[in-house]
Amino acid sequence: MDFATLIQLLDSSIRLATPLLLACLAGLYSERAGIFDIGLEGKILISAFFSASVAFTTGNVWLGLLAGVASSMVFALLHGVASITFRGNQLISGVAINFLAAGMTVVVSDSWFSLGGRTPQLETSGRFQNITLPFAEQLQGVPILGPIYHDLISGHSILVYAAFLIVPLTWWLLYRTRFGLRLRAVGENPAAVDTAGISVVRMRFTAVLICGVLCGIAGAYLSTSLSAGFVREMSAGRGFIALAALIFAKWRPWYALMACLLFGLLDATGSLFQNIRLLGVSVPVQFMQALPYILTVVILAGFVGKAIPPRAGGEPYVKER
Amino acid sequence: MDKMPKWADIALIPFINLLLALVVSGLVVLYIGESPLEAMAIMVRGAVGTAYGWGYTLYYATNFIFTGLAVAVAFHARMFNIGGEGQAALGGLGVAVVCLSIPWPHWSLALLGAIAGSAAFGAAWAAIPAYLQAKRGSHIVITTIMFNFIASALLVYLLVNVFRVPGSMAPETARFAEGTHLPNAYDIAPWLGFSRSTPLNVSFLVAIVACVGVWALIWRTRLGYEIRAYGHSQTGAVYAGINPVRIIMISMLISGGLSGLMAINSVMGEAERLVIDPVQGAGFVGIAVALMGRSHPVGVFLAALLFGMLYQGGAELEFEMPSVSREMLLVIQALVILFTGALDNMVRTPVERLFLAMRKGS
Repeated sequence: MDFATLIQLLDSSIRLATPLLLACLAGLYSERAGIFDIGLEGKILISAFFSASVAFTTGNVWLGLLAGVASSMVFALLHGVASITFRGNQLISGVAINFLAAGMTVVVSDSWFSLGGRTPQLETSGRFQNITLPFAEQLQGVPILGPIYHDLISGHSILVYAAFLIVPLTWWLLYRTRFGLRLRAVGENPAAVDTAGISVVRMRFTAVLICGVLCGIAGAYLSTSLSAGFVREMSAGRGFIALAALIFAKWRPWYALMACLLFGLLDATGSLFQNIRLLGVSVPVQFMQALPYILTVVILAGFVGKAIPPRAGGEPYVKER
Repeated sequence: MDKMPKWADIALIPFINLLLALVVSGLVVLYIGESPLEAMAIMVRGAVGTAYGWGYTLYYATNFIFTGLAVAVAFHARMFNIGGEGQAALGGLGVAVVCLSIPWPHWSLALLGAIAGSAAFGAAWAAIPAYLQAKRGSHIVITTIMFNFIASALLVYLLVNVFRVPGSMAPETARFAEGTHLPNAYDIAPWLGFSRSTPLNVSFLVAIVACVGVWALIWRTRLGYEIRAYGHSQTGAVYAGINPVRIIMISMLISGGLSGLMAINSVMGEAERLVIDPVQGAGFVGIAVALMGRSHPVGVFLAALLFGMLYQGGAELEFEMPSVSREMLLVIQALVILFTGALDNMVRTPVERLFLAMRKGS
């Protein structure tokens, strides 16, 4: 593999890792607060649809992003009401949200655009444009570093940079602020948080809504940046890969970045090279596609570093009387 | 003293939940600009108005009975088996292996072979997540989700590279031999007006037998008692000498086996070959069916029938009301799962209060 191909591969990994990273961080907030969320997929999907359709109708990609985030937050709120207010089963609620998104996006888009579950192709103004970082053109000629800066680091849409900035932000919020301490505490021992006079319900709702915002950005990225418009089922299991990455990262922000980059690299490798030969054996594409899931199961099995979820995860909090 | 009579728990609350789901779906139809009542009428007519409709309704219901029972058995041990999709796909593989490798002389023998093959493959696919849950404490929901994706990748690989007919582009197996053809409703009872190509076949009877079997297992055997005890209180069950590893493994193997059995209906009975996505979401419908049916075989049967009607009616609806797309089914399904599963307390609490108030009043 030559240097140019390597740069191309890594560049494509970053693009493919971005939605995973956003969704993974979304799940991190929710699960750290003790609310399991297997509905990441649905929230990405609904946001992808609404951002593409609003971006198409208004011609403004930022309004699209706003609509996508809003729709994702509505679903997040639904998850919150079901699992916090009514103390329903969080996993079942997540399953319902995934189906609701899969169905609603097609039903509504058929009714709006009659294109068989698609939105019309987005023009330039309806998409996030790639940003050329300062001096990228001038430095292009520099060997090795030039192409790395010009082709790999520069030239992504603003959402990519935002996603990567949210990682240190999340780390800081989680480990260096009072809010973060409470968020983590509410996922480990909600009774203690309650005793300290902090509302468990409010903390959990906040976390669930942050999760909605981040999933919304992930969805908008899919339909208005990575591609130009919405197609049915376009989230294509990314919500679940993000969930896998979250477990892989053991619910920690920096490791989430690493896990998402790894899964992005796997995805990019699978789509860039149809035939991969490793040690003389040809590796099937399907194996590359299944690898994130296989790796997650291995991690979950605890043979390579055990993944222990937040202790109060999945259980509704009931005040003692 | 119970908070409310039993009939309210098993009939009234699911009914209210279903009604809420239908009302919200109706609002969606209204938003699209069609009449919900008319849509409902088309669906009911399409599903049960003709022998053709019944043939499809009961065919779908057969799939959902198997996957619904699978989820229900796991629910009794308080486990959420979300991997029905993958287990059923592997069941399809089992059916294909059995049907393609042995020249079956008669369909009844082939059916027995396929039952064994599909159940074994489905159970095997559930065995790994079950083992990881039992021995390593890995969350069964996450592992079964992962196994769904792994199963679909595996199936694509096998169909493209191993089972594909040489010279054909389609990623599917060869058509099964004539000896494995399961009699369909037309072969058994042509006087009922079923057409020659009706998909309803003898697997429906197998599904009914499975309902009875699960009922007997859960409420009439020692093992079933242990499964229920473990589901009610894990610490209590361990104290009573029940081995949790054994219960997790057995209940998940049964659950996976039941999911796998779905393939005798869809792969052997209908398609007569293994195609790339033999399950078509039925594994997930099983979740809705088990929730609505309160994990009881009778409830599962009725809920599966309801979803069969929805699926067949939905196909007719798409045909007669083109502005309402087939995905409306997914919306209804999602709302049923939401209201019966996640928002159950929203209905249950007021109904309980109502019954308490009535009792005080009398």
